[in-house]
Amino acid sequence: MSKPKVAFFDFTCCEGCQIEFTNYGDVAFLELLKHVDVVEFREAMSEKTTDPIDIAFVEGSFSRESDRARLESVRKRANVVIAYGQCATTAGINALKNHQKDYKEFVYGDDAAQPNLDSQKALPISAAIKVDYMAFGCPVNKYEVLQIVAHLLHGKEPVIPNYPVCVECKRRETVCRFDEGDHCMGQVARAGCAAPCPAGGIPCEACRGFVDQPNLRALEKVLVERAGFSQQRAVEKALMFTANSLEATR
Amino acid sequence: MTTTARIRVDHVTRIEGHGNIVVNVTDGVVEKCEWQVPEAPRFFEAMVRGRHYSEVARITSRICGICSVGHTLASVKATENALGIEVSEQSWKLRELLKHAENVDSHVLHVNILVAPDLLGAPSVFPLVATHGDVVARALRLKRLAHEWGSLIGGRTTHPTTIVPGGVAAVPTDKELAALKAQMVAAVPDLEATLETVKALAPNVPAFDRPTEYLALSNDAKYALYDGQVQSLLPDGTKQRYPVADYKRVTNEYVVPQSTAKYTRNKLSSYAAGALARFNNNFDLLGPEAKKVAQDLGLQPICTNPYMNTVAQVVEIVESVYGALRLIDELLDAGLKLEPLVEPTKYGSGAGATEVPRGILFHEYGYDTEGMCLGGNCIIPTNQNHASIQDDFDKLVPELVAQDKSEKEMELALEMLVRSYDPCVSCSTHYVDVKFVR
Repeated sequence: MSKPKVAFFDFTCCEGCQIEFTNYGDVAFLELLKHVDVVEFREAMSEKTTDPIDIAFVEGSFSRESDRARLESVRKRANVVIAYGQCATTAGINALKNHQKDYKEFVYGDDAAQPNLDSQKALPISAAIKVDYMAFGCPVNKYEVLQIVAHLLHGKEPVIPNYPVCVECKRRETVCRFDEGDHCMGQVARAGCAAPCPAGGIPCEACRGFVDQPNLRALEKVLVERAGFSQQRAVEKALMFTANSLEATR
Repeated sequence: MTTTARIRVDHVTRIEGHGNIVVNVTDGVVEKCEWQVPEAPRFFEAMVRGRHYSEVARITSRICGICSVGHTLASVKATENALGIEVSEQSWKLRELLKHAENVDSHVLHVNILVAPDLLGAPSVFPLVATHGDVVARALRLKRLAHEWGSLIGGRTTHPTTIVPGGVAAVPTDKELAALKAQMVAAVPDLEATLETVKALAPNVPAFDRPTEYLALSNDAKYALYDGQVQSLLPDGTKQRYPVADYKRVTNEYVVPQSTAKYTRNKLSSYAAGALARFNNNFDLLGPEAKKVAQDLGLQPICTNPYMNTVAQVVEIVESVYGALRLIDELLDAGLKLEPLVEPTKYGSGAGATEVPRGILFHEYGYDTEGMCLGGNCIIPTNQNHASIQDDFDKLVPELVAQDKSEKEMELALEMLVRSYDPCVSCSTHYVDVKFVR
């Protein structure tokens, strides 16, 4: 049996999740290449293909109508589409502008009306095409990505956590940010990252989005009562990586 | 001089982000010659408004996945200037150590994975796994070293966690740092083998010269990466320094008549930023190891061949490895300890600059009395190189036509030129989305 064909495509994003793909080191990376054929990956290779693709990793948000056709062509060619990274799964940080009305004028001043500056709301790629699996995170957890690929190669369904980051902090015995006099969103944030941020001395910003049905009222209450936030800051805290989910939840 | 060429490269490969090349030559006459940028704009400067100062670097880090360490550092430095924060010597050194890691990480990737295939006549690194397996494995080992080095200091290399206004939120133990040093020393044979490979390939670097202005951070103590003043170097050797706070006076962003893309210029029609600009500005401050490598590779200041930027990156890999070893010794001598973050002493506005792999990077923010951000401005290296790439195209294309190069050869020469700048187009703040009329 020939090796599955894998390709990478990028839309509105920082391409950091593609960079994570180069961070496996020599051993894991060269092993991975024994099991898949990378057939298209513009950031790293000049080769292109028109053949059908087994697994397409799509990075970045859908933020311009003009990108729809390219997304649809990826979908048409690919057997499995994985939304790769938070920009693709929920629009991530790009959605932070969605609640602002004047972002174009603020950045581009008098040039803001240029039609080529068109940028609609930042949306997940699932707003344009059907997505089969989600690799959450800003950036993705590269080991979770390996797990997803390994499961697919073995014909199994990948398991994506739907419990909060707090579980992972407990598991690695990280002292709670609230006990350090800080704040955190780990109570409602989707785990799967192994909680590197609280371990690195900073709060979880929920870069993988929320667990299903997060209790946002409780999050705000904790931020006000235990971290001393104003009500407004507590409400806006969750806009950073989860502006779209927040809108959908309210 | 009967060359006729229609070059249209949509989305140049093996660069970070999206850029196009359009060249039309008819009977030896250049009718059109453009470097275009169709990257989707992202509006980071607006997005930071209303966010707390502790969150701002975590947002602007997401401007770029490759230079996220540099964006984080420039961002916290700007915020610290705005808030009157001076970090400890240990924090300063840890950040320098992290900056070195990013330079090695990014340069190893660029030299080995993105550029080397051109010099070996391959379309990408993947076919090289079969033909040059040892070179690829070596490159991946060095990449892994830089990644683990950066992760030890920064928490991770893509969007680092530990670098925050006021200091460093989590520090490695002495033992971990000593282990990193041992790992780096053990990698020296890989580094030396890489230098031999580069030396063998150096004659394949195209010959081309266009003297221009070179802009880089500079200080009197060491080869500037983390910190310095802004320095301009002209082809005749004239240098001028500017405080970082005056960055707008040096970058002079402007809109060109035929497009709305913001370009920058200082004393000439364009200036170059990046490894070659740093090398040209600060050659005297390189360590002995890097100076020797520069000599071995035939790189001398002032080098005016933009293709040599890749070679300057190799020199910088050596500078960063040995610079980092010296820093680790200093940190271990003092002993590492977790320090409380320095608190703000005022709320106002401030600018910060750092050298990222692709050149000088500026961030600036203003804060209200609650520490909430009023707005930001970021000027990205690739943004500053945009006009320089265009000026290179304008000189190079007629030269290629005069040399009777084929369309394919011209296309490759232009793609290689773009790649040599190691552009990072997704750093899209200030990039206007341009569609030229064909």
